[in-house]
Amino acid sequence: MKIHCKAEILKIEKLKEDLYKFSIKAEEVVKNSKPGHFIEIRVIDSIEPLLRRPISIYNLDRENGILEFIFQVKGKGTSLLAERKVGEKLDIIGPLGYGTFSIKDYKNVAVIGGGIGMFPLYELAKELKENTTSKVHVYMGFRNKELVTLEDEFKNVSDELTITTDDGSYGISGFAINELKKDCETKTPDKIFACGPLPMLKAVQAFANEKDIPCEISLEQKMACGIGVCLGCAVKTAKSPQDAPEYWHVCKAGPVFDAKDVEI
Amino acid sequence: MENDLPYLKKFDTAIIVNACGSTIEDYVELAKVLNTLDIDGVELNLSCPNVKAGCLAFGTTYEGVKEVTSQVRRVLDKPLIVKLTPNVTDITLPAKGAEDAGADGVSLINTLLGMSIDINTKKPHLANNTGGLSGPCVKPIGVRMVYQVSKAVKIPILGLGGIVTGDDAIEYMLAGARAISIGTGNFIEPNTAIKVIEGIENYMKKYNINDINEIVGAVQMN
Repeated sequence: MKIHCKAEILKIEKLKEDLYKFSIKAEEVVKNSKPGHFIEIRVIDSIEPLLRRPISIYNLDRENGILEFIFQVKGKGTSLLAERKVGEKLDIIGPLGYGTFSIKDYKNVAVIGGGIGMFPLYELAKELKENTTSKVHVYMGFRNKELVTLEDEFKNVSDELTITTDDGSYGISGFAINELKKDCETKTPDKIFACGPLPMLKAVQAFANEKDIPCEISLEQKMACGIGVCLGCAVKTAKSPQDAPEYWHVCKAGPVFDAKDVEI
Repeated sequence: MENDLPYLKKFDTAIIVNACGSTIEDYVELAKVLNTLDIDGVELNLSCPNVKAGCLAFGTTYEGVKEVTSQVRRVLDKPLIVKLTPNVTDITLPAKGAEDAGADGVSLINTLLGMSIDINTKKPHLANNTGGLSGPCVKPIGVRMVYQVSKAVKIPILGLGGIVTGDDAIEYMLAGARAISIGTGNFIEPNTAIKVIEGIENYMKKYNINDINEIVGAVQMN
């Protein structure tokens, strides 16, 4: 069930120069949310900027009805959002999305994310850890040391944590996917979850499909409505014919897809 | 049709289907099917710039609009509205084409063809490179075109383009629109239509208007 409400901003944390964590009171939204869902935020009550901003859910505090999201300041909308103050009400619609992460008992789960793609994976790892018997190995990839974030948070919701940086300035040097591949030689996961930049998702998708490991990926797309009306967030379905392509819509069918179902 | 129609039927409202194709044959085939459905009308979309091999070619000339509308008219008994593109030099020509071919009304404006470039990647923001521009920024163009068309045709006009408040709707009606519709506004606020209706009622109270038809085309030009 989608809820349109005004959620009070309880806390704002500046995690990095351009990275903010908001905690908002949104009991009904929290009650209906699953890992992988997102919300649409009207950053200010004006028609400029016109459209809501889709932001993934980072953490759900179900006991207290608090939803947390983390966003990077990228443009006009997110800059205005970063200027909002504790105590103000945020106009949100959520939870949005149909495809969410499948929470159940796995043997070994690999959760792999890159950069700001880590955020929606936190609630997933947390619920896997708290509510299932799955052993969770989280792989976090960042460009460099300065960008490494949420290390302690992910440590708390995983059995194993691997951090990589592209330039080797922190953790293991290289891409997170390479570490996952290496580990697979001795311990193949029976499930992979991924969210991050497109090249990383493509590599994870190719690897999972090649090894025939069930894999769910969360996709990001620019979107206007978030509820399946504007059809702006199209993504090609896998094995879609070249001359008559078929599409899913990230807001309606996703944002989490089976890696076998989409062409990214 | 299988999923949406039964869902929409649950509501006490008219159902008008927007129909788009790539060739005249597409439109005729679609109209034949629509004619058999339990719907209240058809809006012929001759002007969607978001479709690659789109219907743009039909929508820009008097002859083009007249031809496709006539062919659809022959197979469609239901009320027929033709949606016009603003991407033309003179909007009254395609409007007349629709009227002369027997359309029951015209709706305008569709989106304006736009383009936006990411200055960091030097690539267009849209995968299709160009796309339809809509929302409050297009309203002055829509209002102007509704006014022009209202002076050129006798069939009713459905005005749209950037309506997010009751005041916007009144502006379109003063320009000559007999009805209005809302697209982009719904993306910002799902309850936009309700707010627009409230705004129209407030305007009517403020100026003691009993019948909304009184304001249709009531603009007093300078």
